[in-house]
Amino acid sequence: MTETEAAVVAERGDRTCWRAGFMPLVDAAPLIVAHELGFAAAEGIELELVRETSWANIRDRMFLGHFDVAHLLAPMTVSTRLGIGHVRSPLVAPFVLSRGGNSIAITPALAAEGGDWGAPGDPFASGRTFARVVAERAARGAEPPTVAAVFPFSNHHYQLCHWLETAGVDPERDLRLVVVPPPHMVEAMTSGDVDAVCVGAPWVGRAVEAGVGRLLLPTTALWPASPEKVLAMREDFVRRSPAAVARLLAALDRAARWCDAAENRGELARLLARPGFVDVPAGELEHTLAGDLPLAPDGRRLAVDGFLRFHGATGEVPVNRPRQVDGLWCAAQMLRRGQWHDRIEAFAEARRAFAPDLWDAAFGRPVDVGSESVTTFSGPAFAAEAPDGWLDAPRRPVG
Amino acid sequence: MADTSLTILVIDANPARAAVLEDGLREAGHARVVRLDTTRELLLRIFEIDPDVILIDLESPSRDVLEQMFQVSRTVKRPVAMFVDQSDTASIEAAVDAGVSAYIVDGLKKERVKSILDMTVSRFNAFDHLQRELHQARTELAERKVIERAKGILMKSKGLSEEEAYASMRRAAMNEKMKLADIAQSVVTAAQLLT
Repeated sequence: MTETEAAVVAERGDRTCWRAGFMPLVDAAPLIVAHELGFAAAEGIELELVRETSWANIRDRMFLGHFDVAHLLAPMTVSTRLGIGHVRSPLVAPFVLSRGGNSIAITPALAAEGGDWGAPGDPFASGRTFARVVAERAARGAEPPTVAAVFPFSNHHYQLCHWLETAGVDPERDLRLVVVPPPHMVEAMTSGDVDAVCVGAPWVGRAVEAGVGRLLLPTTALWPASPEKVLAMREDFVRRSPAAVARLLAALDRAARWCDAAENRGELARLLARPGFVDVPAGELEHTLAGDLPLAPDGRRLAVDGFLRFHGATGEVPVNRPRQVDGLWCAAQMLRRGQWHDRIEAFAEARRAFAPDLWDAAFGRPVDVGSESVTTFSGPAFAAEAPDGWLDAPRRPVG
Repeated sequence: MADTSLTILVIDANPARAAVLEDGLREAGHARVVRLDTTRELLLRIFEIDPDVILIDLESPSRDVLEQMFQVSRTVKRPVAMFVDQSDTASIEAAVDAGVSAYIVDGLKKERVKSILDMTVSRFNAFDHLQRELHQARTELAERKVIERAKGILMKSKGLSEEEAYASMRRAAMNEKMKLADIAQSVVTAAQLLT
């Protein structure tokens, strides 16, 4: 190797200062902790964390190469590969940052309109009441309920639709589906611009504490183990620096383990509470991390086991290892909601987005990878080998 | 020649910047410019305004609300498209660097509105430049004030002339490889601690 070549290699090797985009949400924790507690530095990776204001910005800035890696909504890796939303970029999700953590809440006005919503966390009773409100409003010619998620390609959107579709509501026909960014949720519930929301931690808690929301369901009651946020990067980025990506995964694994440990919740909450990160009081964040959620303005609370997981396993599903069935599930939601129409392409891109090979190369393929299926609160089974089965199965309202 | 038949919506939380952009668009002959500085019920407002072009600052979380308009639904009258083409990386980059994003009604020929995006990017950049100059001017003013105070302190406590006080701080700054203003600030801080 000539001196010049060696210099080039050294320079490339040294280029492990990566810019990471994130949104101010609790589930950015593994990325933030990897940087702040030195897990990334221990692997020779310097992370420059950049707080963003919209998912669209993160997508565009990954496309432009402004961000090397990012905290991203799991379904966006698939939608961006497909180019829905007009920017097509071959993203991969080699590491799942979190599973769970979303909640569905309604305004006090809708709560009063519906009357009996059943026990907190019961998707069937609450769905029945919601469907009745939809029917009653239609009968008297009133506006349909306005239901808000955080992005068109988000679990939040798909969870709301799946929940209400199961109760017999046609989401696209019977509801007004809107996008409200998390920091605007409390305001939208206060003004009555929205009737129901699905949003991630800590925003439902904030709305309940502010007296403008009532918690109906943690979405773990709908989808117990869905991947919520992933670490996303471009395929060409992985090709350029595979060894460094493996080191980043190792750092994230340690950071995620630290985040998931109950004894670290207080310290994690104080870290996330800082103005540059989530910027919400540490006390609220600590409750959220523990799955101790405020239910209603009167002070009642709901304890949700495994509400937000960063490491380990939820049931038999490992938290951080991407599974192709997770990507296929995201793709199936896009197809089901009419956001995309080509099944073959959607499923092919989903398999690439959620390929477990980088994770397996870094940590070793688990002896038992668990079932390649997705279990939800209701509806036909979803299996990786036959994703069409779920889409084609006849649907009848239940409950 | 400007396409005066277009309705242009400007969404910017910074009213000063929005005004600068609106002026530019009006000067270019676009009479139908609507400005929104609140993003409450954004989709409904857009539905009512029914714009052909939407310009939004990238600091606004409401950019994600606009993403919903790529599809037709009961909440969207006409589907929109992102203004810049995927292949046009340079334009995307210029817009993102300036801190703005543009959407147009799907089907509208991009050539019809290219000048609008160019003007927006240049106005955003000019505004940013002005902000930075203003910031710099303020900093310089503050620095000059602290240097004056430090000079006064040295003159009084060490019986130096104005030139001597200034020269001693210059020397310290050079020896310590620090900015003159930082040395002056330490003099002021030290004096505060010592009195």
